[in-house]
Amino acid sequence: MEERRITVTVNGEPRTVEIEPRLLLAHLLRQGLGLTGTHIGCDTTNCGACTVLYDGRPVKSCTMLAVQADGHEVTTVEGLGTPSELDPVQEGFTTEHGLQCGFCTPGMMMAAKALITENPNPTEEDVRWGLSGNLCRCTGYQNIVKAVLWAAEKQRAASAAASTDVTV
Amino acid sequence: MSQALDEVKIGGLGASRQRVEDARFIRGRGNYVDDIVLPGMLHMEILRSPLAHARIKSIDTSKAWAIPGVRLVLTGEMAAQRNLAWMPTLSYDTQAVLATDKVRFQGQEVACVVADDPYIARDGVEAIVVEYEPLPPIVNPVQALAPDAPLIRDDKEGQTDNVCYRWEVGDAEATERAFAEADVVSKLKLHYPRSHPSPIECCGSVADYNSATGKLTVYMTTQAPHIIRAAVALVAELPEHMIRIISPDIGGGFGNKVPVYPGYVCSILCSILTGRPVKWIEDKTGNLVSTGFGRDMYLTGEMALRADGKILAVRFHADTDQGAFFSDAQPSKFKVGLLHSAFACYDVPHGHITAQGTYTNKAPGGVAYRCSFRVTEAMFFQERMVQAAADDLGMDQAEFRRINLREDDSFPARTPFGFLVDSGQYAKCLQMGLDAIGYEDFKREQAEARKRGRYLGIGISTMTEPLGAGNSREYDILGIKMFDSAELRVHPTGKAILRTGAKTQGQGHETTWAQIVSHELGIPADDIVVEEGDTDHAPFGMGTYASRSTPVAGAAVSMVSRKIRAKARKLAAHLLEVSEEDVEWELGRFYVRGAQSRGVTIQECAMAAYTNMPDGMEPGLENNAYYDPPNLTWPFACYIATVEIDPETGVWDVLRLVAVDDCGVRINPMVVEGQITGGLTEAYAMSNMQFQTYDAEGNIVGGNYMDYLLPTAWETPGFELHEVVTPCPHHPIGAKGVGECAAVGGPAAFVNAVMNAIGHTGVRNIDMPLLPDRVWDAIRTGKDISGAPPFRNA
Repeated sequence: MEERRITVTVNGEPRTVEIEPRLLLAHLLRQGLGLTGTHIGCDTTNCGACTVLYDGRPVKSCTMLAVQADGHEVTTVEGLGTPSELDPVQEGFTTEHGLQCGFCTPGMMMAAKALITENPNPTEEDVRWGLSGNLCRCTGYQNIVKAVLWAAEKQRAASAAASTDVTV
Repeated sequence: MSQALDEVKIGGLGASRQRVEDARFIRGRGNYVDDIVLPGMLHMEILRSPLAHARIKSIDTSKAWAIPGVRLVLTGEMAAQRNLAWMPTLSYDTQAVLATDKVRFQGQEVACVVADDPYIARDGVEAIVVEYEPLPPIVNPVQALAPDAPLIRDDKEGQTDNVCYRWEVGDAEATERAFAEADVVSKLKLHYPRSHPSPIECCGSVADYNSATGKLTVYMTTQAPHIIRAAVALVAELPEHMIRIISPDIGGGFGNKVPVYPGYVCSILCSILTGRPVKWIEDKTGNLVSTGFGRDMYLTGEMALRADGKILAVRFHADTDQGAFFSDAQPSKFKVGLLHSAFACYDVPHGHITAQGTYTNKAPGGVAYRCSFRVTEAMFFQERMVQAAADDLGMDQAEFRRINLREDDSFPARTPFGFLVDSGQYAKCLQMGLDAIGYEDFKREQAEARKRGRYLGIGISTMTEPLGAGNSREYDILGIKMFDSAELRVHPTGKAILRTGAKTQGQGHETTWAQIVSHELGIPADDIVVEEGDTDHAPFGMGTYASRSTPVAGAAVSMVSRKIRAKARKLAAHLLEVSEEDVEWELGRFYVRGAQSRGVTIQECAMAAYTNMPDGMEPGLENNAYYDPPNLTWPFACYIATVEIDPETGVWDVLRLVAVDDCGVRINPMVVEGQITGGLTEAYAMSNMQFQTYDAEGNIVGGNYMDYLLPTAWETPGFELHEVVTPCPHHPIGAKGVGECAAVGGPAAFVNAVMNAIGHTGVRNIDMPLLPDRVWDAIRTGKDISGAPPFRNA
């Protein structure tokens, strides 16, 4: 099959690749770019293990063609936090025991990240609804919900501190 | 003055220690089987049968071979040349690896294609042309047992019908006598529908046969790597020391990843044939239609009752639908798992159980889905019968349980089916649950609401289950006794590595095993690394399923730590220049009796083991332990659900769920509570939405996540957890299994609550799943709803 040349900005870094038009975004990330933190669970857009941020919005990368991402920005779990500092979402998940086998976790965290970016002060109901596109078989969600509320609070505290810094 | 360490601070028993494994998982740096890439690796995809029962007339692979990038097309005939078209199952049956004669269920493996990348392999699969001659499909035990039923397993010599096993336990005559004396006989029939464990990660393997060294390395999604190594040695006729099974991070198991599947075997054979590593990653449909399901059991039972509420005897019959191959992973003595653990928490004098398995044209399995081998069916049936019996006697369901639950001073007690139940505080757990939910208040509220046309219900489920198979007298798989193991190496600086024969899949062994070592030796948990899953490194063990890790491998961790402590004591005596008898232990250090300030730490002993051992002592501070438990462990649980049903739609909402779990001593309370909330969610799922069924043609319904419904965060209720601790009398740290209690005991609480809410309609039973249309139908007609939901064309 004829290959197409595309450039996708992945975790802030432009990546140019030659790929088959039928290649799924999830496979480009995992096999093409070696970013195996994005998992594939179901192939039918139900489980959300493959959730990444596409121009800041959560998408399921197993049902999107890689060529559609040409010229766009993609953020994966590897782009959450920095080597020295965890993102509040990552910190929340480990603090509140929001993961067990860890397989749904990257997708769950990306969906959570998008959720609290859009709604910095969510209720439990907001979190349950906002994560309802992501399945977890281990935790029963209770601690995932706590983790996201923890992260939202931490993020609010951080941005309050930041704005205080600016005004001072 | 004591200088003992604060155990919780160093991450010992009782510490809600944050998990070690999280560090990699939250950064997307886990190492699951699909993350493994080897040089020169090829990719394999499987062609599956579209039909449930058909003779294979021909397979044409020529078009697949012609696709550039296709390296191998493997059929059953080619596998047969290597004697690998069939393989043994873990229940002494055989299973087709690739079909040669006929296909026996929809989704059965027919051929596979190996190519340079997975997309080309998939192209290759689509290019294979198979000609089938359809045969009549059989989709339930009634059809299977009909006199004119076609023979599914015509491959088996001497097989003349579709019966796959018969099993019986208990005393039929004594039970019959008890029934003759009964004031009331309560009867119930139900179906526990087919359900799939469905971890989010599907099965997969990367097989790497090195023709230069003759060594086969297989990275594989397995909960039991050593069993797999033994099975591969038998199936592939490779010497066992030349097989290395590595179970990397596993994305959930729940019993689904215990059996040996054709995909694993094909990837191994393809690696041998191509001389290159071969990766096979199953897709979700492949996982749901071909790998180990749970349940699919029909139960018919009776309970003999005295008018005052005392249970005199129980008897029941189970029909299990095994699918095309009897591939349960279960102890070899027990053909229907531990179904006979039913009623273990009640003082029932007599009982009798019969069971029969049938072959059908459905996916093979009957695995222990988050369950200690069919215990889930046992406890569900038990608790549904208990509610039916209370209703038949016109007695309150809590009071009926109080009368029949075993008393605290009755242990150890033998059940009529042979188990020895050894500990518990059943009445206390029940009362704690009733108090937490506000039982009497709810009953008043329920009566008031009923007057206004609202349907409220409350359901109780109390149960003890046998976890931690098991003692070697009774429990083995393929003849290998179900012990487990641990190996501990303490390094010169007092840091350590622990390996066990178990295999974590989310249970958090890397965190909790270190806590046990910490408890026994006073080495901070952060100084202990835990490794599992590599058969070249780990001591021989039987793996993680049936909640056996803590009861068996966890006990081995304690025992090996005590061996290390015993040697460290000799080193301490040497360092302190006193006799061993004069050395006392407190957490983390030895000291001289009567002079507590004169002591040495465990770390100082470790250094001495390598630098300054006494004359004649073997150097080093390493050991191992193989633990054969004297009995199973018996956790107890009381789950109470309250629900409200909308009578206009049949939709039911969970108002509250109170859980009281007594799993003995808790190693890491945070992890234990995580296991309980996870289990309760699966219980809710099974009662409400999660099932697989087949249409009359043998087409599976529930073969992808569009049809197979799993609960999301939105519909999953919140849970309120409570705790009672009755230490296990025989486990070294008093712990019992816990991982599956909630999934085992939970479903009956939800179903009993719904039945309680509509008790006034005369409906006695609705089989799971309690879909709104079934509940609505029952309310409308006043009739029971039985069997799996019928297949409906959209």
